[in-house]
Amino acid sequence: MASGDFTSNLGRVYSMYTGGFAAFVILLAVLEQVGLPDAVIGYLFVFFTIAVYAGIGIISRTMQVSEYYVAGRRVPAFYNGMATAADWMSAASFIAMAGGLYARGYDYMAFILGWTGGYVLVATLIAPYLRKFGAYTVPDFLGSRYGGNIARFIGIVVLFCCSFTYIVGQITGTGLIASRFLGIPFEVAVFVGLVGILVCSMMGGMRAVTWTQVAQYIVLIIAYLIPVVILSAQQTGVPLPQIMYGQVLQQIQELEQTAPALQAVEGVQEAARPFLQTPQTFTERFNFIALIICLMIGTASLPHVLMRFFTTPSVKAARRSVGWALFFIFLLYFTAPAYASFAKLEVYQNVLGSDVSTLEAIQQLPQWIFIYGGVELVSICGQHAVDAQTVFAACQAAGIETLLYSQFSIAADTVVIATPEIAGLPYVIAGLVAAGGLAAALSTADGLLLAIANALSHDIYYRMIDPKASTARRLVVARILLIIVAVLGAIVAGTRPGGILALVAWAFSLAAAGLFPALVMGVWWKRTTSVGAICGMLAGFGVTLFYLVGTRYFDMPLWFGVSNISAGLFGIPVGFIVTYVVSLMTPAPSQEMQDFVDELRIPRGPTLMAETKSTQKAS
Amino acid sequence: MTDTQTISPEVAREHWSRSRNLMIITLIVWAIFGYAIHYFVDQLNQIVIFGFPMGWYMGAQGSLIVFVILIFWFAHRQNKIDEELGLAEDSD
Repeated sequence: MASGDFTSNLGRVYSMYTGGFAAFVILLAVLEQVGLPDAVIGYLFVFFTIAVYAGIGIISRTMQVSEYYVAGRRVPAFYNGMATAADWMSAASFIAMAGGLYARGYDYMAFILGWTGGYVLVATLIAPYLRKFGAYTVPDFLGSRYGGNIARFIGIVVLFCCSFTYIVGQITGTGLIASRFLGIPFEVAVFVGLVGILVCSMMGGMRAVTWTQVAQYIVLIIAYLIPVVILSAQQTGVPLPQIMYGQVLQQIQELEQTAPALQAVEGVQEAARPFLQTPQTFTERFNFIALIICLMIGTASLPHVLMRFFTTPSVKAARRSVGWALFFIFLLYFTAPAYASFAKLEVYQNVLGSDVSTLEAIQQLPQWIFIYGGVELVSICGQHAVDAQTVFAACQAAGIETLLYSQFSIAADTVVIATPEIAGLPYVIAGLVAAGGLAAALSTADGLLLAIANALSHDIYYRMIDPKASTARRLVVARILLIIVAVLGAIVAGTRPGGILALVAWAFSLAAAGLFPALVMGVWWKRTTSVGAICGMLAGFGVTLFYLVGTRYFDMPLWFGVSNISAGLFGIPVGFIVTYVVSLMTPAPSQEMQDFVDELRIPRGPTLMAETKSTQKAS
Repeated sequence: MTDTQTISPEVAREHWSRSRNLMIITLIVWAIFGYAIHYFVDQLNQIVIFGFPMGWYMGAQGSLIVFVILIFWFAHRQNKIDEELGLAEDSD
């Protein structure tokens, strides 16, 4: 069978792909030198990459259930690691993480730690056992372990609550990038993004998404590393930004002490908050740790992440592939602080303290300020820095002669996008960064889309509505639901729902409190009963949702000063305790269920989920 | 399901107790590098290597490297346990 050849040739296929992509970038760089307009370069990047993903999606089309839901369980650990990394790293990781570090300094480190440490929990507590079970979806496991459709249905509700807001965020991300680089309205660009998402997932389900995610990872990591590597070589002489930014941190700390623009000015500004400022009060420290806890446990409970580990050939490979996944995530995450630091130094050194009293002096400011001021991402003296004239007028009106830090503002998202211009690189690198951001948003959107649509088609349609449905029918239903969910996501994204995007941060606490206790105790404590798990899920999810909604919309006072985003801190223990207590109050699970758990714990032997032999075996 | 019948309860119990101990050790290391050391960030920041204050470095890189190594180490140890007790999968 063709795909057998494909899996044994993966190394060659993806090396050629990487080489081809590099050649494409070099070709565009050459064309740019001979006068190809920037707009055309932007178009070529967006269309070429989407066309490649679409090609992979179409080659990977399938009419087999196990291929559609779990890629035939043939994805080697290494490649599943790459696919998981792309699945996990969204537009937010690609663009917003460095920006968050730039704006909030050390405080933002809680996100870096929380979004990586969770994989240790995935590897030790959950992934190998779910792989042994042979689930197609996370609710599938809950339904089998806790005997019935109630647990399954609650699992689907939690999954839907976390994943849908998340997917709206990703579609918005693809729309923003596509609209900026294609120069089309956002509402139209959202549907370009939608097409990009659907071509990757519709024909081949998990199989197609897996192989496009690997391709997308390669694009996004190249795009993320190249600008900052060049910048580091320019500024420090060594192309290793992750190591060299130690010096930059020193320079930043020094400037914070000495640069006049960063010091307190009576009646104008307080001294700039140090970049390395650590939490000082007990509440700050407590919230820092609480946020790490919620993000870690949330990471380990998000269905679109867990689902990736169902695709490995063995339990052993599932464990190893968690290691690879974190390694590939690490490559981006440990680079993000370097981006933030280089950008910080650029602003402190070359922007702040500049003379803004004359038009000539303002024209000497770095050009990237006006490029991004023009798209309303940089403001000086309270006005978008569209051009030197505007800045001059604004600063004259405000009576400012020397630029202080409080008169300069830059949108956090700009840090990664502007680095090519800060380093004075040709436009092709900016196009590359856009392609990387697009790859990050598309790959995450695909994973989320499958998680939602598969829960609807497999768990609701096949398990709860029509268990006798034929294979062909199941796959048709799966695809129809996939399109419905995707279109729904795009419609919501098209309305620019600021409120919904803020809710993405909730997904972690909700998933952590709603799913983590039931998943972990289902494997690690045989005595966990169905009623116990159901009550635990409802209680954990309920408490978290209550705290989130109450503190955000109804002015409910914070409990013990725990910030809104860390609501899981209450929900997670409640989930565990309720599951434990109710389980002890209800009769122990049947011998059959206890044997099932025993079987789950042992790697040897076939998967436990009943799927007819004919669909298990590839033809 | 045929496989469980051939595995004696003693072996299964041994396997699970060793697996559980490995899980606990792994999670202790995880908790130290995920939480505990970041509570002492100010003390760690007194040490500066290559320009990096160590408290910052542990949050930005150190703990992440530990997590990656920890998962591979865990996978390797767990695999050893499975093999020694004859409970590993036949092939990969």
